[in-house]
Amino acid sequence: MAGTKNHDYHILPPDIIPLATTLGALMFTTGMVLFMHDMPGGAFVPWLGLALLIAAMWTWFGKIVHEARAGDHTPVVQLHQRYGMILFIASEVMFFVGWFWAFFDFSLFPSTLTDVVGGQWPPKAIEAVMDPFALPLLNTLILLCSGTTVTWAHHSLIHGDREAVKKGLWATIGLGVLFSLIQGYEYWHAPFEFGKNTYGSAFYMATGFHGFHVIVGTIFLAVCLARTYKGDFTPRQHFGFEAAAWYWHFVDVVWLFLFVAVYIWGGWGYPTH
Amino acid sequence: MATTADQFQGHVSDHGHGHDHLHEHPGFFARWFMSTNHKDIGTMYLIFAIFAGIIGGAFSGMMRVELAEPGIQYLDMFAKWFGAENPDFTTTLHTWNVLITAHGLIMVFFMVMPAIIGGFGNWFVPIMIGAPDMAFPRMNNISFWLTVAGFVSLMCSAFVPGGTGLGAGTGWTVYAPLSTYGSPGPAVDFGIFALHLAGAGSIMGAINFITTIFNMRAPGMTLHKMPLFVWSVLVTAFLLLLSLPVLAAAITMLLTDRNFGTTFFDPAGGGDPVLYQHLFWFFGHPEVYIMILPGFGIISQIISTFSKKPVFGYLGMAYAMVAIGVVGFIVWAHHMYATGLSVNTKMYFTAATMVIAVPTGVKIFSWIATMWGGSLEFKSPMVWAIGFIFLFTVGGVTGVVLANGGIDDNLHDTYYVVAHFHYVLSLGAVTALFAGFYYWFPKMSGKMHSEFLALLHFAIFFVGVNMIFFPMHFLGMQGMPRRYPDYPEAFTYWNHIATIGYMVMAASLVVWFVNIAYAFLAGRKAGDNYWGEGATTLEWTLTSPPPFHQFETLPVIDEAAHH
Repeated sequence: MAGTKNHDYHILPPDIIPLATTLGALMFTTGMVLFMHDMPGGAFVPWLGLALLIAAMWTWFGKIVHEARAGDHTPVVQLHQRYGMILFIASEVMFFVGWFWAFFDFSLFPSTLTDVVGGQWPPKAIEAVMDPFALPLLNTLILLCSGTTVTWAHHSLIHGDREAVKKGLWATIGLGVLFSLIQGYEYWHAPFEFGKNTYGSAFYMATGFHGFHVIVGTIFLAVCLARTYKGDFTPRQHFGFEAAAWYWHFVDVVWLFLFVAVYIWGGWGYPTH
Repeated sequence: MATTADQFQGHVSDHGHGHDHLHEHPGFFARWFMSTNHKDIGTMYLIFAIFAGIIGGAFSGMMRVELAEPGIQYLDMFAKWFGAENPDFTTTLHTWNVLITAHGLIMVFFMVMPAIIGGFGNWFVPIMIGAPDMAFPRMNNISFWLTVAGFVSLMCSAFVPGGTGLGAGTGWTVYAPLSTYGSPGPAVDFGIFALHLAGAGSIMGAINFITTIFNMRAPGMTLHKMPLFVWSVLVTAFLLLLSLPVLAAAITMLLTDRNFGTTFFDPAGGGDPVLYQHLFWFFGHPEVYIMILPGFGIISQIISTFSKKPVFGYLGMAYAMVAIGVVGFIVWAHHMYATGLSVNTKMYFTAATMVIAVPTGVKIFSWIATMWGGSLEFKSPMVWAIGFIFLFTVGGVTGVVLANGGIDDNLHDTYYVVAHFHYVLSLGAVTALFAGFYYWFPKMSGKMHSEFLALLHFAIFFVGVNMIFFPMHFLGMQGMPRRYPDYPEAFTYWNHIATIGYMVMAASLVVWFVNIAYAFLAGRKAGDNYWGEGATTLEWTLTSPPPFHQFETLPVIDEAAHH
C-alpha cells in the first residue's frame, strides 16, 4: 500500500487459500454427484474434495489465529468479526427455519393421500416414537448444562483464571461429546427408519443437521481449548472463544426448539419405544 | 446526496506513490487468482457476469429463433449441439426445457447478481463510504470463486443425463416432482450443487457487505448520510442473508429425496410438492428484489448526478427500500396462486403484494421529482436511467395486475408473466446495469467511452427489448402458455416480431462491445470527476482508476452537512 496506512483496518496480502477452499468444495460436490449415481470416482473423489476443503479451512483459520497474535486484530477488526459471526448465525437460523417449516407442514397438515400417513401425525407407518422424557430429556439437560459450563469458562477467562477456563472447556466439550454419543445411540435404537415417509424424513434431517452443528461446535470449542493450552486469549481479547461460545448457545437453542416441537409436541400421546 | 466533495476533507494527494509494501504490485497470478482487493474482485465479477451473460443470452437467442415460426425448426439441431446422437421427439423437447432452465439460472445467479452486487457493489460500496476495502477481503475472494464454481457445476450438468435427455430441464425453480423422479440422471444434482456453491458465496458476500457498511463508514458518515446505492446494497445483503439459507434447506431436501430415500416432496410417503414451492418462493421472492434493489441505488445516484440536485426525499427513498425488503418476505405465495391455495390465503397474498406498490411508487415519483426543476444533462448514464424508469414502471404495473389472485388464475404460466418479469429484470435490472456501466466505466478503467456509441447502444437496445417483450403481453392475454417450443398459428405474428426484436437487441450489444474496445484503444483519459458538479459521492474524489488502495487516510465527512 502506498506509503503509510493511517487507519486500523486490516488490509490483507493476496492469498491462494480462498481459491483452494473453493476447489475443495467443488471437488466435494462433484464427487458427491459421482457417488450418488455410482459413477467412476464416486468412491474417492468426495473424500479428496473433503480433505482439500478441511485442509484449506484449517490453514485459513490458522492464519487468522496467527494474525490475531501478530496484533492485526485492532478493536475495529474485532468488531468486524463480531458482526460477521452474528450474521453467520442469523443465516444458520434461517437454514433451520427451512427444516422446521417442512416439519410443521407435515405435522399440522398430515397427508390424507396415502395410507403411509393416513391423515395423522405421527404417520400411520410410524409404530412408535422416541420417549421425549427419557434420553432426549437427558440430552436437553446435557446441552443446558454445557451452556453453563461454557459461561463458566468465559467468566474465568475474563477474570484471568486460566486453569478454570480449561476446566470449563473440558466440561463443555465432554458434555458435547456425550450429547453426540447419546444421539447416536438414539438413532441406532430408534423405532423408525430414515426416510420412507415424512416422519423419518423431517425427524432425521432436522435432528441430523442439528447433530452436525453440535459436532462442528464441539470441534470449535476443542480448538479454543488447544489455544488456551498454547497461551492464546487474554482477558481483553478472546473473540475466537466468544465466537465458539455464541455458536454453542445457538446450537443449544435450536435443540430446545427441536425438543419441544419435534420430540414432545410432535409425538404427544403416541406409543413410545 | 449523502456526501459531497465539498465535505470531503481527507488527503487524496498521498495515493499511489509508495512502493515499499509487498502487495503494492502483485504479479498477474497473485493479483487475479489470490485477490484480496475489492476493486480487482469487482472487476472479476463484472467480467464473469459478461461472460455468463453471453452464454445465457445465447440460450435465449436459440429459443427466440425456434419460436419465430410455429412448428419445430431448429430444436433437433440444438439437441445435437448438446450431444444427443439421434434425438427422438422427447429428447428434442427436453432440450427446450434445458434451454429455459439454463437461461433462467444463468441470468439470475451468474449474470445479474454477480454484476450488480459482486461487481458494482464490490467496486463502489467501500469507496462510497470512505473505506479502504471490504471488511473481510479473503472472504470476498472466496465469494467470487464459489460463484465461478457454481457456474462450472451448472455447465457440467449440460453434458450428463437429466430427464429424457442430457441436461437439467426443470426450470430455474427446480420444482418437484419434475426435479425428483422426473429427472433421475445426475444433471439435476449438478444443478442443485451449483445453487449450493453460488448460494454459499452469496451468503458470505452478504455478511461481508453488511459488516463493511455498518462498521467501516468514514468518520462523520452516519447511516442517514450514506449514498442510496450503499443503502440499496445493505438492504439487498440482508435479503440474501435471510432468504438463501431457506433455499439451501429446500434444495438439500430435493437432494435427499432424489438420492437418499426421504419423501419431503413425494406424496407416496406423505410429502408435499407444494411445500417445495413455499420454500423456494420464500427465497425466490426476496431474490427478485435482490436483483432490482441495487439497480434502484444505481439509478438514484445517476438521476441525482445529472439533475445536479440531491435526490428528492432521501430518507423516504432509503426507507422505501427497507420497506420493500421487509414486505418482500411476506408475499411469496403470489407465485403459487394456481396451486390450489385457499381463497383467504390468496386474498392475503394479493393484498400484501399490492402493498409493495406503495414504496415502489415512492421511488418512481421521487426520481421524477429529483429531475423536476433540476439542471438536466442527458449524458448516456442519464438516458439509460430514464429508460429504466419507464421500463421498470411498465413491469411494475403488470406486476400489480398479476398480484390479483383472481386474474392470475387466467394469466398464470402465460407469456403475460414472461413479459412482466422480463420488463422488471431484463429491461429493469439490466438497463440499470448498463446505466451503472456507463456511469462508472471510466472511473473503473480510466478511459472514457464514446458517448455517441453509448447513446446508440441505448436507442437500439430500447427498441429491441420492447419489440421482444411488449408483444408478449398480447400473446399472454390471448392465452399462449410459457415454456413450449411450439404454438398454434394464431400466435405467429407477435412471436415473429419478438424474434426480430431479439436480433435488434443483439445488434445493440455489438455496439456496446465496440464501445468498450474503443474506450480501451482510443478513449480519452478520464479525469477524477468527469461528470462534473452533480457527481458528489466519494468515488469522484479519487483518480480514475482509483489507486490500488484508496483512503489510506480516511476521509472525514462534515458532521453538520445535510445529506
